[in-house]
Order: sequence, then structure tokens, then C-alpha cells
Amino acid sequence: MRLQLVTTHDPQPDYLDLPLLQPLAEWTHSGLVEFPIGVHRHVVRFVESEHGLFALKELPGRLADREFALLRHLAEENLPVVEVLGVISERDSDLDDILITRHLEFSLPFRFLFTRSGISSLRESLVDSIAVLLAQLHLAGFFWGDCSLSNTLFRRDAGALAAWVVDTETGELHDQLTPGQRELDLDIAQMNIFGGLLDLEASGRLPPDIDPVEVVESLTRRYGQLWEELTAEQSVEVAQRHLIDARLARLNELGFDTAEVSITTGGSGPQIQFRPAVVEVGHHVRELERLTGLRMLENQARRMLNDIRSYGAWLAKRDGRDQPEAVVAYRWLNDIFEPAIETIPQELSDRRSPGELFHEILLHRDALQSKLQADVSVQAASADYALESLPSSMRERSLIEGD
Amino acid sequence: MATITLEKINKVYPNGFHAIHDLDLDIADTEFLVLVGPSGCGKSTALRMVAGLEEITNGEMRIGDRIVNEVEPKDRDIAMVFQNYALYPHMSVYDNIGFALKLAKTPKDETDRRIREAARILELDEQLDRKPAQLSGGQRQRVAMGRAIVRQPAAFLMDEPLSNLDAKLRVQMRAEIASLQRELGVTTVYVTHDQVEAMTMGDRVAVLKDGFLQQVDTPQNLYDRPQNVFVAAFIGSPSMNLFEGTLTLDSGGQGGSLTLGSQAISIPSEVLAARPALAAYDGKSLIYGIRPEDMEDASLDTRPDDQCIHGEVSLVEALGAEILVHFGVDAAPVDSGDPDAVVELGDTAVVVGRFNPRSRIRLRDSAKVAVHAERLSFFDSSTRLAIWD
Repeated sequence: MRLQLVTTHDPQPDYLDLPLLQPLAEWTHSGLVEFPIGVHRHVVRFVESEHGLFALKELPGRLADREFALLRHLAEENLPVVEVLGVISERDSDLDDILITRHLEFSLPFRFLFTRSGISSLRESLVDSIAVLLAQLHLAGFFWGDCSLSNTLFRRDAGALAAWVVDTETGELHDQLTPGQRELDLDIAQMNIFGGLLDLEASGRLPPDIDPVEVVESLTRRYGQLWEELTAEQSVEVAQRHLIDARLARLNELGFDTAEVSITTGGSGPQIQFRPAVVEVGHHVRELERLTGLRMLENQARRMLNDIRSYGAWLAKRDGRDQPEAVVAYRWLNDIFEPAIETIPQELSDRRSPGELFHEILLHRDALQSKLQADVSVQAASADYALESLPSSMRERSLIEGD
Repeated sequence: MATITLEKINKVYPNGFHAIHDLDLDIADTEFLVLVGPSGCGKSTALRMVAGLEEITNGEMRIGDRIVNEVEPKDRDIAMVFQNYALYPHMSVYDNIGFALKLAKTPKDETDRRIREAARILELDEQLDRKPAQLSGGQRQRVAMGRAIVRQPAAFLMDEPLSNLDAKLRVQMRAEIASLQRELGVTTVYVTHDQVEAMTMGDRVAVLKDGFLQQVDTPQNLYDRPQNVFVAAFIGSPSMNLFEGTLTLDSGGQGGSLTLGSQAISIPSEVLAARPALAAYDGKSLIYGIRPEDMEDASLDTRPDDQCIHGEVSLVEALGAEILVHFGVDAAPVDSGDPDAVVELGDTAVVVGRFNPRSRIRLRDSAKVAVHAERLSFFDSSTRLAIWD
């Protein structure tokens, strides 16, 4: 038997304690978490240990090696994929390999989004999150080939959703995708998502106000708009050069960074053609990390950066002078963010990720201020939120899709 | 239904890599054409150009009478059949087959007609109301195939669709796909790296290497009359045994012999009569090939001694109906050019013979092996092209 494991900061379970010489479907190990999962071609089971929750997928060695390499590559490219931890091979001549990934903490399987009360508002951003994910992957030259609701996990991102790739069995890496490859990938996504929603409908769990046809048509629209914004060549008058800045600002607002802008001027006319070279999503994530060391999701980071700016304005007014951005961020971290998070009791820490907790605390503060018609500190809002709102929330740290 | 025509198709990537060179293919209406070749031969690239997933650098691609070089994939009326066989557990077989038509806004009665027709062809009529969990493994695969069928495309394109399946199911599905394609009569282009899959499924097989078409022909013709060394070695399992030797013709040209290392094989006069071009190789080196089944344990054969060779047996594989005997001869192995093949360098070539199971040859025996010299294939050493005339 051979274990090929990635060295990570976070510990992994002792795999040798698992019944590796038996088919995964027949395991009866005490650490197994028994949940039927969505539509998958291979046996997938979850193992819980003191180090967290791990997904194990049994598949032929060639496919396991390929998926292992693809997931690692995509992670190195800072794309949102589950963390791959290793491959167990040479178990027995009749047994396939096992690919190990870490369960994505605080992720929401799609069925929860459609079947649990209180999160219906998140459904609206589901399509957006998939469109952004596909655009990110396509920019990186990755043809997914099997985008589906079952192959995607979602995390709350400041009231919206961010999507993660779970399964890359059918994926292909290219230097650049052709329009035909992108179109086919989108076509497959449409078909798979449509099928997933119809299946939910057949099980009687699709809310009646959701029209599967409308959902997938909106995915195509949204992806098309986003791709256009990210890549289209634009022609502007020389006197309207500010439109270039506006386009770049819109890209940043969408979370994308641009490495360079290609500008060409016509030989005879006053027109400028330009095309941004979008390199990476995570504009606000990187900015927040640079300032505070916090690593959050894109919308959460944007929200926190806004809060840092508000805090800076308040400090400047109080002290009568502007502070450098780094100083403001440092003080915000120590005076606002950390006290707010530390106010949340340990037993409630599995309800939301820290980034989402902070976002919801700010929402709670807004609601309190509106109700009381008075200023409320973030820490006071946090205490009230922990008392009044958070206890009734789902434990989302280790949700696994149940059927 | 449609023909597919590739005329002088080239694919050059932006980094300068020339993946496909002047590819000409005429795929007939209803034909099942298999593209086969080793890694990097360009077979998937060729298929993707038909699908519209790769841009064509130059050349002309037609589906039916229409030039499709610039036509979007969705407008080409083709269906890519993928490895994705996921079925939806709460939906009936009927809905699992037909749900894509709903998205395409196909009228209900037309949808119903197509689903029932597909179910009839796939012998799933009795299962239409069942859920996937109530089906056998093979039936589930057929449901997934039904999804492609109901779209009624002009052509199916399949890129290694069986590669994710286990060996048993792969053999079963290979037969099912081939049989289904013949019943549907839909033009199909199928990519595989597995020459057995290619030979058992295709009406014709196109063999590619390094982006060049090597030969396109029926499976039997590829096997019996390979046009070059690469095709000779690639098609057939175990591979054709290839050697380089010197041909010496008898005075009068009634017969001759070929060297095999320190040994010689007599060439009957009928072989030389059938291939007059061999006369030009008198006294020269050429490449020749012997299929494993064209050899036999000499103790079970009546051939004269001068059509027998000797070698030490290194492996015996008893397969029941036949035995595969591996033996070494003191001749340098010939590299067929297959990047996926393992070629052992040195002065000893391992020869594989497919013998009658009554053979009593054992490991480490010094075997005497009869060669059916009338079945030899000959190739020019420098061009590597076959000498058939």
C-alpha cells in the first residue's frame, strides 16, 4: 500500500487506522459519518477525526492521480477548490485508489439552500456564484466538463454565496480555452444544474417559486455578462479615457484584478481600443490580507474594508488628523474585529465562519441602530447577536449533504 | 444524418506546436469511425475540431454540405457524449432520459415520442417508470445513453467515453455502443487509445501518430495490410514481431531467405511472386514482421526446418484456448515509433508467438518455432512503408 500525502499545516487523521484493504463502500469504521450524498459516479464517504472532517473517494488509480494533480494545480492558482490531501494506492489488486480531500468548513451543499428555512435569500446568489466560478476557471484555462450542483459547494460570503469546485474528474487544463470549449462547459453546467433542480422537484423539495428553466437561463445570461466585462475589447474616444478607469474599477468591484491593459490607437482616428488582462479574482481578499493578515472571502473582505474606512473616518474626526491606512487597519483589527469575534461564546463558534459572523454582527448592529435610533458599538451588537440571533442558526461548520 | 469531411485540416497552437497535419477524412453517413493512436497523436484534437471546441488553423471542415469552420458548437447539430453517467435518483427513467428536451423547449408530444423511441431501442420500455436505484448497472448506462439519443443529432462524437468504467463494464458497454450505433444509424466519431476497442467497434479505423494520419481502413484491412511499420505494430495484441534483416534471393529468383540475427528464415517462391517489388531488396536490409498467430510450436507443425527459428523461452502465458510464448532471439528489436510502447534496447529481441494449447513448451526451453513465412509483412527500412506489390 502506498500513501501519497500533501504536507499541510493542519494535521490529518491517521489513515492507517482505517480499513484500507476493504472496499470503501463496505467500511464500518467508527469515524465514518453516515450521510447519503448527491449524484456521484464513485463511492464517496466521510471520516471524522479530532482533526476535522475528510472526504474519501474511491476511483481508478489513473483518475485519482489526475484529479490529485489537477486539484493541486488549481489550488496553487488560488482558485476555489477543495483542499486535496493525498492519494492511497496499491491497496489490493482489486481495489481502486482513494483520493482524500478536506471537507470545506462552513460550506453549504445545494440541497440545504433549497430545503432549509431562513436561507432562501441566499438562493438568489447561487447562480451568480456559479457564473463567477466558471468565469474564474475559464480565465485560468480550466475546462471543468462536469459543473453541477453536486460538484459544487457554497459558502456564505457576506450575505451572498461563493462557490467551490469539489470534483475535477472530467477537468482539462489548457493554456487558454477556446470559445467552443467555454460554450460547451456552460452547456454542460446548464444541463447538470437543470437536472439537479428537477431531481429536487421530483423529491418534492424544490420551493414552488423556483423555475428550473429560469435558473439555468439566468446562469447563461450572468456568465455572458461577466465574461464580456472581463474580457471584451472596448473602443472609446480619446476624450473619454476615463471610461477605461471606470471599467477597471468595475472589474475590481467584481473582485477581479488586472495585470495589464492592452491599449491600441487607430492609425487615423481618435479611437482607443483597450482590453484588460484579468489575472485573478480576490481583489478585496488580497487587500484585506495585506492590511490585516485576515484571509476572508471576497464579499466579506469588501465589507470589512468598508468598515475599516468608516472606522478611519471616525478616528480622523475624533483625533483631528488622518491616520495612515495601515495604522487604521491595525487599530480596527484590535479594537473592532477581534473583540467582536471574541464576544461570541465558544459553543456558538460552529454556526458561522469568522468572516460571516462579523458580517452578520454588522447587519445586526445596523438593525439595532435603526430600532433604537442611536449609535451601537460593534461589540455591543456582537453580544446582542450572540444572545438573540446566533443560537437559533444552523451549525454550518461541518454540514454534509443529506438526501 | 450527415457525412463529415475533413479536408487538409491543420491545427497549430499559439506556441507553434503543430498538432494536426493536413488531415483528410471522409466519414460516410451512418458510419462508425474510430480515431485511434498513442498519447499525443492528435486524435482528441481532431475530434474537438469536429465539435467546434478547437479552432481550425487551416483546411476545411464540412458536416453534410455545410462548411462549419466558423460555426458555433451548438449550431453544428452534433452531440458530444461524455463520461458523465450521473443519473438523478428521484427522477424516473423517463425523466432521466428526456429532461434535456424540456430545457430545449421541445413540444411535449414530440418529447414523449422521442423518449419512448429511445427506450424501445435501448430495451428500457418496461423500466420507464422506475427510479435509477431499481435498475442494473448496464441499464443505468443505457439510460445515460438515452439522453444523447433523444437529442437526435446528425452525429455523435465520443471522446474515450468508457475510460472511467471498470474493465468488465467497459467490455459490455463497448458492445452496447457499437450495436446501438448500428441500430440508430447515426454517424459517429469515436476516440480511443485502445486499439482493441477501435478494432471491435469501428466500421473503419483511422490511425494517427504525431498528428499525421497513418492509415484509415476497415479493421481487418488494417490488420492484414498495414501501410507502415507503426500501424503494423500498433494494431494487434500482442503486437506484430518486427525485425530488421537482409533479404537474399536465390539465383533465378525462385526463393530466398531472410536473416534473423544469426538465424535465417526461408522465403517461399509464392511470397516473392506475390510481391515483385521485393526483388529490388536483394542483398539489402529491410524490416519484416511476423504476427504472433503466424508462428507455431514446430512439434505441432509440418513446416520444413528452414522455416523454423530457435529461441529460449522466457515466459509462457496459458490462456486456455491458446498459449502465448515469449522467447528471445539474437536480433536487435525494431522501434515501431509508438511512444507508449516499451522497447527494450539491446541485441536480443523478445518474440511473442500464439501457439496451440497442446504445445508442451515450457519456461527456459530452447524452443523450435515454425514461421508461416507466406504471412510475413515487409517494410522499407528507410521509409518504413509497407512493400505489398
